[in-house]
Amino acid sequence: MTAFLVRGVKTFGKFWWDFLVGDTPELALATGVIVALAFLIDGERLVGAILLPLLAAAFLLVSTLRGRRRSPGR
Amino acid sequence: MHSTSSTIVLVLAVFGASAVEMVEALTIVVAAGVSRGWRSALEGAAAAAVVLGVLVVVVGVPLVRYIPLDALRVVVGALLLVLGLSWLRKAILRSSGHKDLHDEDKIYAETVAELSETGAESGTPGQGRVHPGRDGVAFVVAFKGVFLEGTEVVLIVISLGAAQHRLGLAALAAAAALVVVAAVGLLVSRQLSEVPENTIKTAVGIMLTSFGLFWVGEGAGVNWPGSDLAIPVLIGFFIVVTLAYTAFMRTKLPAPSPEGSAAA
Repeated sequence: MTAFLVRGVKTFGKFWWDFLVGDTPELALATGVIVALAFLIDGERLVGAILLPLLAAAFLLVSTLRGRRRSPGR
Repeated sequence: MHSTSSTIVLVLAVFGASAVEMVEALTIVVAAGVSRGWRSALEGAAAAAVVLGVLVVVVGVPLVRYIPLDALRVVVGALLLVLGLSWLRKAILRSSGHKDLHDEDKIYAETVAELSETGAESGTPGQGRVHPGRDGVAFVVAFKGVFLEGTEVVLIVISLGAAQHRLGLAALAAAAALVVVAAVGLLVSRQLSEVPENTIKTAVGIMLTSFGLFWVGEGAGVNWPGSDLAIPVLIGFFIVVTLAYTAFMRTKLPAPSPEGSAAA
């Protein structure tokens, strides 16, 4: 019974890990940083509205560059 | 009171996400139906759709009822953000030639071949040899296909629906996409390889990212200028970002090898 439960928890955890982190940990990190920053700049009207989208765009660029096709041998 | 702009984006995002995932699921269901028999394939698909519906009710309703709205918005906003950024990344890599486009024809052919082999092993060989009665393999393959593709849709429905307290509307948009894709699939009786999947995926990625960012900010106390009107502005921003990144990534494609084998 315990082994069954442990296996179930592991499978559940692995599903969420693959789903949210998978091979793009930088996007999970991006989300964490954006959430943290949103709380830090609490109430700052323009700073939040400008900084959060720019940060998301910057992380997206990094992640996209990480996933690019490379020349053979590089 | 819900603003019209966020309602439209909610419906479009859920409908688009569901349509993309259902096109992928349809390919597997059609492959199972053609190679093993339609009855069990359709039963498997229907069973998975019911389980997904139950998941929306079991997980979504308590979320809406018992979790404080601001906390809910931060959590679902973060979930939407990570999903949206990942969809956008994939779509940009595909549009710019760094990643192969999702090929429904190829997936269909592979699934049919696999199922035909399974049939041959169990003494019921080949494509076209359909089972008149129930077939466990067709049921399981169709169930898995619809369930796995639908899990992401369930998360999007719950996230977008719960954050706006419009779970019913989100579920309805997903159900509408399911009905439309299933009807078209049954009508043409094959996989829908002509659907511009990457374009829809790009659009949905932009909407999920915009919504995610908006809800994270709202939940954390950021006052977006224009309130809900910030959502279309964010969508516009990410459209520009996506177009710019796609063009930029095209310049980063590796040169073709001297032997002439195309890199893209």
